[in-house]
Amino acid sequence: MADSALSSQRLHDVPDQLTTADGIPLKRKLAISMRRARWRAFLMTAPLVIFMLISFVLPIGQMLTRSVYNDSFSKALPNFSLALRDWDQSASSDGLPDEALFKLLAEDMAVARKDRTIGRAATRINYDHSGTRSLFMGAARKAKNFEAPYKETFLDLKPKWSNVEMWAAMKRVASDTTTGFYLAAVDRTYDVNNDVVEQAEVRQIYVKLFWRTLYLAGVITVLCFLLAYPVAYLLSVLPLAKSNLLMILVLLPFWTSLLVRTTAWIALLQTEGIVNDVLVWLGIISDDGRVQMIYNQMGTIIAMTHILLPFMVLPLYSVMKTIPPSYMRAARSLGANQFTAFVKVYFPQTIPGIAAGTLLVFILAIGYYITPALVGGQDGQLISNIIAFHMQKSLNWSLAAALGSILLAGVLILYWLYNKLIGIDNLKFG
Amino acid sequence: MALPAHATPVEKVWHYAYLVICALIFVFLIVPIIIIVPLSFNAEPYFTFTEGMLGFESDAYSTRWYQDIFKNGMLNPEAPLSWAWFSDAWNNAQWIRATRNSFFIATISTIVATTLGTLAALGLSRPEMPARSLITGLLISPMIVPLVITATGMFFFYSDIGLAKTYTGVILAHATLGIPFVIITVTATLSSFDTSLIRASASCGATPTTTFFKIIMPLILPGMISGALFAFITSLDEVVVMLFVADVEQRTIPRQMFSGLREQISPTILAVATVLVIISIGLLTTVELLRRRSERLRGLSPG
Repeated sequence: MADSALSSQRLHDVPDQLTTADGIPLKRKLAISMRRARWRAFLMTAPLVIFMLISFVLPIGQMLTRSVYNDSFSKALPNFSLALRDWDQSASSDGLPDEALFKLLAEDMAVARKDRTIGRAATRINYDHSGTRSLFMGAARKAKNFEAPYKETFLDLKPKWSNVEMWAAMKRVASDTTTGFYLAAVDRTYDVNNDVVEQAEVRQIYVKLFWRTLYLAGVITVLCFLLAYPVAYLLSVLPLAKSNLLMILVLLPFWTSLLVRTTAWIALLQTEGIVNDVLVWLGIISDDGRVQMIYNQMGTIIAMTHILLPFMVLPLYSVMKTIPPSYMRAARSLGANQFTAFVKVYFPQTIPGIAAGTLLVFILAIGYYITPALVGGQDGQLISNIIAFHMQKSLNWSLAAALGSILLAGVLILYWLYNKLIGIDNLKFG
Repeated sequence: MALPAHATPVEKVWHYAYLVICALIFVFLIVPIIIIVPLSFNAEPYFTFTEGMLGFESDAYSTRWYQDIFKNGMLNPEAPLSWAWFSDAWNNAQWIRATRNSFFIATISTIVATTLGTLAALGLSRPEMPARSLITGLLISPMIVPLVITATGMFFFYSDIGLAKTYTGVILAHATLGIPFVIITVTATLSSFDTSLIRASASCGATPTTTFFKIIMPLILPGMISGALFAFITSLDEVVVMLFVADVEQRTIPRQMFSGLREQISPTILAVATVLVIISIGLLTTVELLRRRSERLRGLSPG
């Protein structure tokens, strides 16, 4: 302790005495040149960092915003929304707003119908309280001719306008920011008292889908591991000329288009496909008893295992390559049988490779979209597929963004873990 | 992997069982890719082998699906082979247009990704680089973040700034997706780069630009080319972003295959797939040769 204090003291003293030719203390000169070098390194990286911030980080950030921000209701019905935000539901005896608010609603609806924005507002409230879209559209069609008393007019038009739960939902969607889409993404919703409750049983689909995604990704990761381990071992012990030849069999699928491989699996696995033909020819199954191997979970598992297998083989191989074969020989000569030597000596040394491979395959698997979309059928779909569905078909973009954010959070945690355990710099291909 | 002479019978059985298992796994890896080649010559519009194909009858095989690649979508595919026919094919055949789009988008996005990626990898490999692991993590993340999420974000962003359904938007997106591969391969090449060469060059009076083109670039070129090929094939194989931010105008080969597989499955897709397999064999060979060359240059492997 004293020693190191002394030496650091001495180091501290030295630069005061040493100066460069232009009279600047050496220590300062060094600091300046270090800073310049750091700047130079940073400036070389800067163009790409800026590029990535604009083309990647910003878009994803914007998507995250959309998961909590949705102004389609307040934009279509501005005055009504503003008033509704301040309305206190518990103040009135029947839980419904007063005449003034109904009047604003009628006026805003008439304008929104003319501007053709009423559909968006109706869709937005429908997300929170299903079955209200037609109610809204119906009232908007007639809103132009509504007269006082407005409240009665609405209630006469459809008794559903007195539904307090719907009014609670409307108060929620009148504000532009909401946690509602995150709640929907985990099968929860608000009740009339603004308490979080579980969604009706039939509408609980997303949690199940998240679990299924984790389960399928897990199955695929385990299968990849089981298939990759023996192959990686063989590649690592064979002489270079032979292993290079076999390595091509791993690298060719790796370089082949995802769609080509998915196409191939459709050709192989469909009911009239090659695998079924072979099974019939071998007499294992009858011609009428052809097995459905595709457009279901099995299709997703088989095709994705094939597609992700090289991502498991390559890290395993690069770790196994560095394990000296003499360790196994030493274990054997000390009396361990093949099995013990493998379990106690070889296997533990491959764990870094296993961690790298399984994490990488799992991370890639939970985000897969194309292959499940093509060969997954109904029950082989992953969470990405439902995100794409909400983006392209149901157009509930905020829900898609909320589901996407949850998936992203999961992936980033795994990515952080990967970086911590393996180091992202160690990622290699081929 | 030879069996020692003193192996017990049990060990022998284990050994051969192991080799059989490995062989089966290799079959699993490669057969799906090989199988589409003969299937694409099917004379019938099926995705499976016909009796005639198994009996090697010559009339069970045909190149009609390859002709279909060129003709599908043409105004007059039966016209005599003349300039008019070729210009019809060039402008109207769906797969040819998709190929043109694919190669155009892939080429430009590869140039962008390789230029920016190499420069950044050079910066990242300097020992003075601040916050290296954070920045590396950021630059590699497009490979890790699920494509649906990237595509969703880009869809919103591009719609706002008017880049949705444009070539510029698609090229920017593909460049972003290709960058991690450039960073990974170039950084790997630079990890064994001897930095004293730069000092030596500077002390001989070379400017940084001269040093880059005369000293650094020749040594990291294999890594740059591998990275570029990775970026190229990533773009050539990308569908998800295309589905979200592109329009019919920018339709690429994988986009065309995706809708083909969803709507009507025609063996033309198998013919296209075969062509793509041949392209990947070419790319794989190039990358492998480059890797061996760079190992040889650095004396990592004999011959």
